[in-house]
Amino acid sequence: MKVLVAVKRVVDHNIKVHAKIDGSGVDINHLKMSMNPFDEVAVEEALRQKEAGKVQEVVSVSCGVKLCEEILRTSMAMGADRALHVATDRPLQPLSVAKLLAAVVKREQPQLVLLGKQAIDDDANQVGQMLSALLGWGQATFASKVDLNHHEVVVQREIDGGHEILKLPLPCVVTTDLRLNEPRYIKLPNIIAAKKKPLDTLTPESLGVDLAPHFHVRKVEEPVQNKQCIIVDNVTALVAILKTKTKVLP
Amino acid sequence: MTKILVIAEHDHQQLTIDTLHAFTAAMALEGSVDVLVAGYACQSASEQASRLQGVQRVHWVDSLCYQHHLAEPLAVLIVQLIAQSGYSHVIASANIFGKNLLPRVAALLDVAPISDVIRILSCDLFSRPIYAGGLIETVESLDAIKVLSVRSTAFDEAVFCHTCAPIDKVTPENDAVSILSVYVKQHLAQSKRPELTAAKVIVAGGKGLGSSEQFHALLEPLADLLGAAIGASRSAVDAGYAPNAYQIGQTGKVVAPLLYIAIGISGAMQHLTGMKDSKIIVAINKNPEEPIFQVADYGIVGDLLDIVPALYKVLAHQ
Repeated sequence: MKVLVAVKRVVDHNIKVHAKIDGSGVDINHLKMSMNPFDEVAVEEALRQKEAGKVQEVVSVSCGVKLCEEILRTSMAMGADRALHVATDRPLQPLSVAKLLAAVVKREQPQLVLLGKQAIDDDANQVGQMLSALLGWGQATFASKVDLNHHEVVVQREIDGGHEILKLPLPCVVTTDLRLNEPRYIKLPNIIAAKKKPLDTLTPESLGVDLAPHFHVRKVEEPVQNKQCIIVDNVTALVAILKTKTKVLP
Repeated sequence: MTKILVIAEHDHQQLTIDTLHAFTAAMALEGSVDVLVAGYACQSASEQASRLQGVQRVHWVDSLCYQHHLAEPLAVLIVQLIAQSGYSHVIASANIFGKNLLPRVAALLDVAPISDVIRILSCDLFSRPIYAGGLIETVESLDAIKVLSVRSTAFDEAVFCHTCAPIDKVTPENDAVSILSVYVKQHLAQSKRPELTAAKVIVAGGKGLGSSEQFHALLEPLADLLGAAIGASRSAVDAGYAPNAYQIGQTGKVVAPLLYIAIGISGAMQHLTGMKDSKIIVAINKNPEEPIFQVADYGIVGDLLDIVPALYKVLAHQ
């Protein structure tokens, strides 16, 4: 069985981003970039399925600028067998990424596509669902447990107030929640070994995908923060305020 | 003309609270608003929808294949309805239900969905948080059909009236679409406390609680005394102090109660985005430099092991 894992290059989750001075976008120049943490979980899950003998090949794919190759190397240092880079300098919107991935799926014919449930930059939470729609496949989003068999996958997914279990025939798309696993630490020899693994480059043109934007970002701004915290000395004073001043307690 | 379809989430008897917030967002578009109630034996939910103040029409679809709200058949149904009735906007809540469903609908229509809308500026201009709420972007949709998931805390709960809008019973063209996913079972955490997203008061704990035992021992009595729901930061959930269903923030629930008491929560950006719209925020933390104090209205600096029992005592004696 072959698993395709889609990974996105995003601003590292420890870094606070700011809007550009003119409000035209997000200033990400010179910031540390990493693999989207949810996608790391997806890579880890594919590798665990391979180590359990259920998967033969794990292929990672990323769409975007040349530097996406770095996170593809990271995915191979984690253990992915090979990688595909859909190279373009044009900004990519989630629908375009879903179309690019659908075209890659048609070439690669995986039985399962794993990706993070959302990327921590645009927080869109869309690509997995759109990819499965474009392919006419089933979807299991927000997975917290994946039980893969020959012809089907049983997925436990996080829902409001608990979890539910779905069973999907293969092929299908599964998007991963943070709870699914804890990604492994990468050992130095694996980083070196990953440099020798195959990384092929494709283009949107060769995949026949149109990248026309479906929306324009008109403005990016910092959220309004106008609160002044009043430090209270003790709980008696606090309760008095909550009851009489703010009236949020009876 | 602006013609809006709200996709109702329900338990076949009643609409969820999130659906009532989504309806209010739809009304902000100033067009005619219809509601789709698709489920199995869901007549009472569709009747409830017909009493929403301002609704024009309810589409009621009753079939076993919509019993578990699976995205695959539901998306096909919605696309059919759009083709028949010419909707310009499709709206659902940006909760698990809407996030799972709407991108699938949008891809079938070849349009870009807009997630987590917090402000509707015009029929094609919407604001939404990015980077875990660290920034707000305003996007202009270029698509003929706008597919929007809306954040509940940004829109009021819709009200009901006594008159009923017409209910159309729709028979789907083909509810025998190929089976792409099968529902097996569901496990909902049983709790005598209110739902997080509906609670007026939330007592939330973070890593500062130190252990699962202390998390429960300190928070539960206080929550029960206040009739509050219990929430948790992601680090508290990751540390195993609380179940995932308690999680508030970027990857958990977004809440805006009247009173939010953050106990031992440092206030990572990904947590703040899930609670900073609460009316009154109280922070209890030993370090006054923690970012939680930047969004709090009132704070107490000190050891939560002393403060929380003392707070309980003062509240219990009043």
